[in-house]
Amino acid sequence: MSEDPIEVFLQPIQLDYDYTAGVSASRFLRAIEQGKLLGQRCPVDGRVYFPSRGSCPQHAVPFADDGAVELPDRGTIVTYSIVRVPSENIPLELPYITVQVLLDGADTVLMHVLDGDLDTVRMGLRVEAVWKPKEEWTTSLANILYFRPLDEPDADYDSYKEHI
Amino acid sequence: MSEPSLTAPHQLAYTYKRSLGPVLSRFFTALRDRKILGVKRKDGTVLVPAREYDPDTAESLDELVEVQDTGVVRSWSWVPKPRAQQPLDHPFAYALVQLDGADTTMLHVVDAGSEAQMATGMRVKARWAKETSGAITDFVFVPGE
Repeated sequence: MSEDPIEVFLQPIQLDYDYTAGVSASRFLRAIEQGKLLGQRCPVDGRVYFPSRGSCPQHAVPFADDGAVELPDRGTIVTYSIVRVPSENIPLELPYITVQVLLDGADTVLMHVLDGDLDTVRMGLRVEAVWKPKEEWTTSLANILYFRPLDEPDADYDSYKEHI
Repeated sequence: MSEPSLTAPHQLAYTYKRSLGPVLSRFFTALRDRKILGVKRKDGTVLVPAREYDPDTAESLDELVEVQDTGVVRSWSWVPKPRAQQPLDHPFAYALVQLDGADTTMLHVVDAGSEAQMATGMRVKARWAKETSGAITDFVFVPGE
């Protein structure tokens, strides 16, 4: 038996939920199972929310079924962070880059990881999604493995500045 | 009409890692040796479990004293259907136990077998794990002496 003093106390917390996605998120998840990225357009100001959700958080109006918008799997990094501290449950090798991606045509950002150089990641960098093999697709955003840089000029700051 | 909603199990799990500090470190280290420590206040009363500060005066406390691993149930509540994360997988009581030598009660488990065995004022004693690790789960209380 160890003679060292006990200096740290580990307290595991575990909560088990049955998560029900609801109509709108279910539609989003069924679409991503087919490799499609669905957003929804607000009927008041036309902004496109991604992932799709049931109502507009700003105007408190329901999104109509015909407001669904299919988005491309490419976009612009509006901001990013280089992660050097490990987290339980995140198996990525350190350091890695988390990015906020504004998909083309969307008005909200998606948080994901970037497979790219620490030296070259920057705001405005154009990126595209890298998907799992099609036969592994499920009703999960994890169908996208990560984003990678596109060989394109950077996006103009004005095109994404309100989404930072 | 839309398709039915998707559902999926979702487990939220994370582990807190708490530094114990000098006083609680001694309390937990003593549990590994099957001893329960309290802390003595200026007026001579003993708080169990040990803590670093007097809850009334906020004075620092560091005079640790061993108390008995026997005591009296001051209050209790029966748990007929324990949940997965609870300390025992069969019905038990949560109880406030005042250990012999202590002036306060501590919340712990009484493995009493049935609710009929529980009573306020009953005597309990610690049943220690075969292998202790320096955790509050190194023991549970059982009825009698």
